[in-house]
Amino acid sequence: MSNAFLQISNAEKVCRKEIPHLSFDEFRTQALDMVTDGGKVVQYFAYPDKNRLKLLAVLRTDKLFVAGCDVPDPYPSFTRICEPFHLFEREMAEQYGIRPQGHPWLKMVRYHPNYSDGTADVFGNDYTQDIPGNYTYYQVEGQEIHEVAVGPVHAGVIEPGHFRFNCIGERVLHLEIQLGYQHRGIEKQLTEVPDKRLPILGENIAGDTTIGHSLCMAQNLETLTAVQPDQGAQVIRTIALELERLANHIGDLGALSGDVAFLPPANYFGRIRGDFLNLSLLICGNRFGKGLVRPGGVRFSLSNEIRRVLNDRLAELRPEVTHVLELLFNAVTVRARFEGCGTVSHEDAEYLGLVGPAGRASGMAYDVRRCFPTEHYPHINIPKNKKATGDVYARARVRYDEIHQSLQIIESLAAIPIETRCVSDGMAYDLPASSFSVALNEAWRGEVSHAVLTDENGKILRYKIKDPSFHNWNGLAMALRDTGISDFPLNNKSFNLSYCGFDL
Amino acid sequence: MLSVLKNRFEQGCRTNRYPKEKVKVFPRYRGRPVIQDNISQAILKACAASCPQDAIDVQNKKIDMGRCVFCGTCENASNGLIKFTNDYEISTSERADLITSGELPALAEHAKQHFKKLFGRSLQLRQVSAAGCNACEADLNVLATPFFDLGRFGINFVASPRHADGIVVTGPVSRNMKTALLQTYEATPAPKVVIAVGSCTISGGPFTGSPEITEGLDKILPVDLFIPGCPPHPMTNLHALLSFFK
Repeated sequence: MSNAFLQISNAEKVCRKEIPHLSFDEFRTQALDMVTDGGKVVQYFAYPDKNRLKLLAVLRTDKLFVAGCDVPDPYPSFTRICEPFHLFEREMAEQYGIRPQGHPWLKMVRYHPNYSDGTADVFGNDYTQDIPGNYTYYQVEGQEIHEVAVGPVHAGVIEPGHFRFNCIGERVLHLEIQLGYQHRGIEKQLTEVPDKRLPILGENIAGDTTIGHSLCMAQNLETLTAVQPDQGAQVIRTIALELERLANHIGDLGALSGDVAFLPPANYFGRIRGDFLNLSLLICGNRFGKGLVRPGGVRFSLSNEIRRVLNDRLAELRPEVTHVLELLFNAVTVRARFEGCGTVSHEDAEYLGLVGPAGRASGMAYDVRRCFPTEHYPHINIPKNKKATGDVYARARVRYDEIHQSLQIIESLAAIPIETRCVSDGMAYDLPASSFSVALNEAWRGEVSHAVLTDENGKILRYKIKDPSFHNWNGLAMALRDTGISDFPLNNKSFNLSYCGFDL
Repeated sequence: MLSVLKNRFEQGCRTNRYPKEKVKVFPRYRGRPVIQDNISQAILKACAASCPQDAIDVQNKKIDMGRCVFCGTCENASNGLIKFTNDYEISTSERADLITSGELPALAEHAKQHFKKLFGRSLQLRQVSAAGCNACEADLNVLATPFFDLGRFGINFVASPRHADGIVVTGPVSRNMKTALLQTYEATPAPKVVIAVGSCTISGGPFTGSPEITEGLDKILPVDLFIPGCPPHPMTNLHALLSFFK
């Protein structure tokens, strides 16, 4: 197959004029070919360039590719042929008022007015009303069908979102998820705020993925300004990303345990999760790693004292973690609830383009740390961790494996006595004109990606953020099909997706 | 069963003894900021310029903890003349008190003493997450874990606003959450309290300037308790709840 797309590397500076600018038809054919052949969409977005709207796609096979085109409005939808474009096309319709013709389910993503002045709203919404409700939910008809509506305010200390279940008895026929309640307009803000605010906004996209998102931002700004963080900084960033993974995976397993009413691991993991958050605090003063990663390196080094405490705490925590993991996974009652619950087949996972632990649980081995490694990952051997069953058990089991691996990674990295020069904060970045960069990292939920385009004056023209949740929410909806509605909390936790990372 | 018991012994009792004994945090933790008296105007100006949150008032030598995200940039820029101490007991009952050079009024002596009588023995709270980054929610959630065990003080998070004595709000209140938040507030029976948790909720935080958010919960609801931080440390939350209501 001839490929008109340009092959690029993860976090590589590319001059915009080197990005192939294809005719729309060629762009469409090539992109569809690549994705129907098993490729995946990393980024696909619209941006304004001198009063014209353009499209840019970053696709991945075992390599990364980029190309762009002018966008005719309306244009023939890709989603009809290839599902992984689904949400991206809806997002473009919402952000720039571009109408994908024949899109199977063209509805709003986050409920906000579009960025193109004077362009009609695709959904016919009146945004002076400040509730995302102007929408008729998908309905199933029949005598015994009933609907359950949950949210936006949920019965716990969790983020807002609306879930609409169509059920027959206890059985869920269809779950529709409507988000957007957390929309803060971050992408737009990133093109407007002074440089000193960029890292702060970056780490507040999704607080539980602070390091994942901060790394993407830092790597993009570093490659654009030709700054290389030293090896010590890369080691610390890798430790931080693995600590984030550990804390969240352990918290998730605790929550899963609580959802099947097995309370000891729920409580122990709840507490142990906090211990790992405290290790982030040990390194950088914040439990979520805020303030650690900055373009150019890190703001805090590992002193000998910090290293000693880190090693001591890990030595203390490792047996506890191992024992509670055994307690959880050896309980037959737990296995009976986890196994066969909320299955997403490998075929469906491929079709939807799931990423991260949810993808791996359904047999998709993709892991950015292995496929497009950044930071210290080229030197670390990351196993494939894929499972075959695609159920709650598989999603829990992926976490089980990754907890052990992350512990080992951190232990071995903490032993490297390498120094780093800390970078300072609050500075301006001298970005090159008309350039592009895309960065990918494997955060605990999966592939996080940021793309940056600069204009001819070196100002940020477009900043595109993609949280792994953007790929995976439909996976949750799929898992719920034909599942008892009472198993929703269990399934929801087994995905544990981000609302704010999706809503931006 | 044996494994359950074995783990139970290994875990032991982990609940802290706060407020009887202070809980120690790691030294790099950034709590209450203090601006030294001898800081020069020039250094303070440099700090204000580098502060990503524009939280420093050069004229009055004050820092707004409601805007601050405790990133520590000014500490570096001032070579320690602005210092983030290890003190996590930083909540206030008035928005204005968050603007400080280091001194804070004692929270336990706030004006609304009748709350202590009303809610001192039992306080049920409804949490509303309104467009933050989910870190504040996470560090409220941990209050239910054995280390903090908020329930031992008679304070709980409940599922329905009808069962609640007040609401705890996190996030900068997006346009898309405003109505849901106000409806939750309406559904809570009076007398009720409103607690603002985190820099976003108090001032818009990192998202200040976005047309999609509300810059300050106190613009739309009467806030009784301000808990600053990005996110506030769980101990900050615990201290605030205990001092304000106990």
